[in-house]
Order: sequence, then C-alpha cells, then structure tokens
Amino acid sequence: MTATLALTWRQYRLERRMFWRNPSAAFFNFVLPLLFLALFGTIFAGSQDDLDVIVPGIAGMSIMTTTFVALAMNMVFLREQGVLKRLRGTPLPTGAYLGGLAAHAVTNTAIQLAIVIAAGAGLLNVGLPESWVALGVFVVAGVACFAALGVALSHAIPNFDSAPAYVNAIFLPVIVISGVFYDADNAPAFLRDIGEVLPLTHLIDGLSAAMVTGAPFSDNLSDLAVVLVWGAIGAVLAVRGFSWEARRG
Amino acid sequence: MDSGAPAILVRDLHKSYGGVQAVRGIDFEVARGEVFGLLGPNGAGKTTTVEILEGYRERTSGIASVLGHDPGSRPRALRERVGIVLQESGTYRHATVRELVTHWAGFYPASRDVDEVIELAGLRGSEDVLTRRLSGGQARRLDFALALVGDPELVFLDEPTTGFDPAARRAAWETIRALAELGKTILLTTHYLDEAQALCDRVAIVKDGRILAVGAPAELGVGAVSRYRVSWRDEDGVLVTRETDDPTALLHQLTSAALARGTGLTDLSVTRPSLEDVYLELTAEAPVTTVEGGSAA
Repeated sequence: MTATLALTWRQYRLERRMFWRNPSAAFFNFVLPLLFLALFGTIFAGSQDDLDVIVPGIAGMSIMTTTFVALAMNMVFLREQGVLKRLRGTPLPTGAYLGGLAAHAVTNTAIQLAIVIAAGAGLLNVGLPESWVALGVFVVAGVACFAALGVALSHAIPNFDSAPAYVNAIFLPVIVISGVFYDADNAPAFLRDIGEVLPLTHLIDGLSAAMVTGAPFSDNLSDLAVVLVWGAIGAVLAVRGFSWEARRG
Repeated sequence: MDSGAPAILVRDLHKSYGGVQAVRGIDFEVARGEVFGLLGPNGAGKTTTVEILEGYRERTSGIASVLGHDPGSRPRALRERVGIVLQESGTYRHATVRELVTHWAGFYPASRDVDEVIELAGLRGSEDVLTRRLSGGQARRLDFALALVGDPELVFLDEPTTGFDPAARRAAWETIRALAELGKTILLTTHYLDEAQALCDRVAIVKDGRILAVGAPAELGVGAVSRYRVSWRDEDGVLVTRETDDPTALLHQLTSAALARGTGLTDLSVTRPSLEDVYLELTAEAPVTTVEGGSAA
C-alpha cells in the first residue's frame, strides 16, 4: 500500500513536470479562465448581478476544462501514442498510474479555482466564498463527475486528430447552455430545459450558492445529486470502455 | 542450457478475434538463457502470440506459461521480471532520456543502474535529449533502455529492428547479443531471415497462425521440408542437381558409378538447405496444404 502510494506520488510528480514543459497546455489551463474573467469583467463592469453570475460560472468552466477536456484529450493522446500500452507492461500498478493522472488534473483544478476566486474577490468585487465547506463539496463532486465523463468520452474518440473536434463540440455548447456567461434562468425555455439536464448547470448553481449567495447547503442537494448521477454514469462508461491501446485499422 | 523449467511454455495456443483466427494451435518452449525467434511474414500471428505472453491479450484457448506464471492474469510478480519492447510505443515527449529511464527504474524492485542501462542501450551522449527530439533509431534504443532498466530475466522484442538502416540494425544486434551474454532469455519476432540467423539459438517459422518448423537456424529444415541438394557434372559436362533425403546413398551411387567408369565427379557438391530456402519453401506453400491442423483450430 505504501509502495503504491509512493509510486502514485512519483507518477504525479512526473505528470506535473511534463505539464510545465508543455507551455501550450499551461496556457490553456491558466490563461483562458483569466482571459474570460477579464473580458466579461469588462463587459459587465458596473453590473454586480452579472459579475456575481460570471465568477461561479467561470469556476464551473474551469473544473470542466481541467478535468473533462484535459483528460479526454490526454487519454486519447496517451492511448494513440502507445504510452498506456507501454506502461501496462511495467509493474506500475494501474491505481498508481491513474491516481497520479487524476491528482495531476485535480491540482490544475485547484490552481484555476484559486485564480478565479482571487480574481473574483480582488478585481470583480464578488467577495470570498460564503461557505468553503459547500465549495469544497461541489468542487470534489464536480471534479469526480467531469473526470469520469472525460475518460468516458475519450473512448468514443477515434484518434487524436479528431479529439479537439469531439471535445469542443461538447464543451462549447455545454458552457453556453449551462449558463457560464449569463444567468441560465434568463435563457429561452427550451435551452433552459436542456441546461437543467446537464451537470454543469447544477455544478454552477452549487458553486454560486457556496461562493456568492450563501444560500444554505440544503437548498442545493438536488444539484449535488444531478452532478453525482452524471458522475456515476461517467464512471461506469469510463471503466467499461477502457482500453490500453488504440483500436487498429 | 539450464535444466530447470522453461522460461516460456506454449501449448496448443489459439486466439481468434471475432471470426478471424490469428493463432491456430501453436506449441513451443523457450529455455532459460535461450534466444528464441518467431520468424514469419507480416500477419502470421507472431505479434498476437507475443502479446498473449506479454499479458496484453487473452488467449482463446491453450496453455501459456511465462516464468511459471499465467500471463493472462498479469501478475505483478511477473511484470517485475519481464522487459517488453513493443513494435511501437510512445513515451512522455517532454522528458529527457535520463529522466524517463530513472522514472522507469522506480517501477521495479531491483532495477539496474541508470547509467549502465543508458550505456548498454547505446544512448550515451543523448541522456539529456528530450525524447521528442530523438531520431527513430535513438527512440528504439530508448525502448530497449526502458525495457532493460528493471533488470528483467526475460525480454520480449517485437520486431526490434524493423525500419532500421543497416548500421542501426547492427547496433541493435550488438545490444541483443550483449543481453544474451548476460544470460537473459529473449523471445523476439522478426520477418528478417538474416536477423533470425544472426541472433537466435532457435527459430520457429510461423505462418497463418501455425508453426511450420522449429530448430536451430543452421539445422532448420533438414529432414523437414527441404532436402539435401547434391549437384555434379555428368559425362557430358552438364550440371545435374538432385534433391534427396538421403545424401549418403546417392553419393555412394554416384561415386561407385564414377569409379567404375574410371572418371571423376567434377563440381560435386552437397548443400544443406539454408534457412532462407526453408523459409521460402514453407511460407510459399498455399494454406490448403497445411489444412490438417484446421480441425484443431
């Protein structure tokens, strides 16, 4: 057990080191949410209601990019390159490898959220989160949900060249429909209905309560439930479809 | 050769994907310390066989034992003792050679010295190069280094030199010979005859998911398919060639007749079939002629 933990830690450190050596990945992870915050902060300057929506919205988006988007792309790449297959032939325990990868993604989530929270409090006058506990619960649920869905999606992507198309075809509509940039309640009914089914909408509702409104946690239990149900579906699909190597031909 | 249990034992191995039978009843064993080659054209079932032994694929039926373990259950104790060079596999593109070899060393309970492995794989001087900047030949050396750093008893090499230029091939052969000298057991696949001949203690010729012949490269085929080739010039000076299973009797006839005539036998030669002859003869055969194994498949 301690040996597996030590290997997980080593794997995590390698993933971190590799991440920082790939500047484009670092750019998308940390600059994109800041860019969005700056843009929408400018657009909505003076309208505190809108700013109060955008900060938890971007926080939700950050969780999705650092887990769902990053893992879907990463898994397709690692599979296509044969890295997964090579590692599979070593004594490295599967749990240590996937644990290291997951911890790496979670670190990126934490850094992004810290940036978003700091920028929201410092620049957009949204203030620090009302409830760190509720924030923690929703972040953990969101990370688990979107990580599982990202790995699940990677199974459906045939090769790395097509990965950005697949990922963006889901990611971009979802962040719009789920109300990252506006209050989803103001959207047309049919879009609102679609949004109500998606996990990001509920994650953002939960984050909004924890970060901005301070609504009691009990008000958002149904949101948490939706996120967890999606996470469970994602986990089943992620495990079921898992393959260590690319499909041939 | 070690008298203990074989490093690899394969009995009546079958593997089908959907309706396609990739492996149709293969038997062989590899002794400890032996360099064993699976030689055959592309699509013969070599890689499928090796990947079953490496634990990547489940066999459909038959027995497979690797260092006393069932490779199908991929026990960690087995993975600690085996090194694998896959036909193709990527690595962390932003890591240096030394970083990766060092990281891989950490997977194994009794790894070799990183510098020693870099030296053995022929990567001295490239330690600090990012893997994405390695040439094809150097990347293959890195594959070797990563497979060897755990100090495995058994090394799988799946087409270790395919696509290499002649100099790179020689270098890879030297590495493989060095491994053999260290007492490692090696199972390699190749579709190059000269590679099998240069490296292997024994070779199995594989085609259509079956083994057509097994033996030392120099002996392979004698008594199997190809026969001795005896040639000489007859009284009219015409070169005659005859194939026979029993060169002794034929030579006796020829020499007795020549002595009786009081003439010599010019250009008399007896040649054993080369591995190439055997290989071409066996693999050129239409699949129909090996159909007797089909009932078992």
